[in-house]
Amino acid sequence: MAIRERMSGNEAMAVAMKQINPDVVAAFPITPSTEVPQYFSNFVADGVVDTEFVAVESEHSAMSACVGAQAAGGRAMTATSANGLALMWEILYIAACSRLPIVMACVNRTLSGPLNIHNDHSDSMGARDSGWVQLYSENNQEAYDNMLMANRIGEHPDVMLPVMVCQDGFITSHAIENIELVEDDKVKAFVGEYNPKDYLLNKANPISVGPLDLQAHCFEHKRQQAEAMKNAKKVILEVSEEFAKMTGRKYGLFEEYKTEDAEVAVVILNSTAGTAKYVIDQYRAEGKKIGLIKPRVFRPFPVDELTAALSKFKAVAVMDKADSFNDAGGPLFTEVTSAMFAKGVFGPKVINYIYGLGGRDVRSTDIEVVFNELLKIAETGTVESVYNYLGVRE
Amino acid sequence: MGKVVEIRWHGRGGQGAKTASLLLADAAFNTGKYIQGFPEYGPERMGAPITAYNRISDERLTIHSNIYEPDYVVVVDDTLIATVDVTAGLKEDGAIIVNTTKTPDEVKPFLKGYKGKVCTIDARTISVDTLGKYFPNTPMLGAVVKVSGVMDEKTFLNDMVESFKHKFAKKPEVVEGNIKALERSMQEVKGI
Repeated sequence: MAIRERMSGNEAMAVAMKQINPDVVAAFPITPSTEVPQYFSNFVADGVVDTEFVAVESEHSAMSACVGAQAAGGRAMTATSANGLALMWEILYIAACSRLPIVMACVNRTLSGPLNIHNDHSDSMGARDSGWVQLYSENNQEAYDNMLMANRIGEHPDVMLPVMVCQDGFITSHAIENIELVEDDKVKAFVGEYNPKDYLLNKANPISVGPLDLQAHCFEHKRQQAEAMKNAKKVILEVSEEFAKMTGRKYGLFEEYKTEDAEVAVVILNSTAGTAKYVIDQYRAEGKKIGLIKPRVFRPFPVDELTAALSKFKAVAVMDKADSFNDAGGPLFTEVTSAMFAKGVFGPKVINYIYGLGGRDVRSTDIEVVFNELLKIAETGTVESVYNYLGVRE
Repeated sequence: MGKVVEIRWHGRGGQGAKTASLLLADAAFNTGKYIQGFPEYGPERMGAPITAYNRISDERLTIHSNIYEPDYVVVVDDTLIATVDVTAGLKEDGAIIVNTTKTPDEVKPFLKGYKGKVCTIDARTISVDTLGKYFPNTPMLGAVVKVSGVMDEKTFLNDMVESFKHKFAKKPEVVEGNIKALERSMQEVKGI
């Protein structure tokens, strides 16, 4: 029986970490992810986990400590947000290329500047090409569930890549909501032990990690890394299926909400997808055929599946909570549209909205603006503006 | 779609409006509801106006935005009425509950023509009488449960006994005072 509970998104991630009981957690506090290591250090102090908690002096050191611990053969985890993630930058790439399946709780916050503690996705979107698997979460339940699946995904022999689990800072990280927890013993059995094939502290087969890698082999190693990311897609689906058998909660590469007969759809990550569901339910009661695609897996990017799902709509709005400042669309939009072009999916009219930057509250009426525009495009076949901003004073 | 009850709390940093909203979420959760409890974080400092929110429903909640048209507004500090638009968007078939020594008729003229129900509760007196100190949280919680009818009063009280026993496991002597504070505020809230 699942455990009916209520807690914030941050506590949910910390509880998942408690149940996973990793060998090492190294973290430096930064709003709004601070509570994750804070809750976790309580578990350490209370002796309910036997993790080595490393209170480092910066995020650069936090990620470095995780690299060291994971390379030594341990299971390492961390949590961060915004500029903390930015300070980890060079080590993110090193963790990925060293094929170290570290797991990070990334509580999304806007990357300074201007200085702001609130939510958008500019932090994790900036890290999208660092070689980490990225999973996004609509609410505390999904943040918890994704954390429970993260080790299994990253540590799979065909993958061996670090995994970042993202949720929206404050909006879900600090909101108390209902949640169903999995029993400790079931989590333990599901997550299992980490037994890497090669590791630094293996005296029987000593290895080097992170040596100089020049023209002779570097490209091959990058190529293998790309293949591992490709493999991650299959592994994510397998692990998710096993998770569904345990909990009844089904996860894919993305969620399709009321898309079956939908003429138009929005593509949204994280908490605003929930607000879109609320609007969809209301519009559907009026007979409007609208739906939602909520990507869960942004890395690897599910090109085939996503373009197939989008191909049936007349109009699609891709919503970005991060700006690329490129006069060409946000990161999700450019990836979705380039995938559609590459796959020859030219049916739907696709527009982009940049929304909710710096924690600007996204109201149901904002989402209504988007659906109204999409319904107009579906009817007239005309797109007036491809690249748009939502809920900002011009 | 089932009815969702939306509540907005106004308080000052350090008074526990956020904690009160989380206590309400807890209480509603314990009676089987789906709940949300979340503060609006700003540049927080002691005494600055803060806002917190609750949604309470029989069905799963998916919306993740602030509340702009609440069913109920709770004002933990009546000095806020002069500076914050506490009745903004408040539904007229809802109610506002103010912590004050004044009567509803005395408060009404300061509420920008709000036509709905105005309730008042003297949380300070109740708190000092029952807890020996000024903690407006518990009396405000009792008042909002009474006025909103969002959960069965008996179930709520029984449940809070357990909840307080758990919360104050190291200070069992305050459990009785907190329960008394709840009971008194449920009896004494004016304007229902």
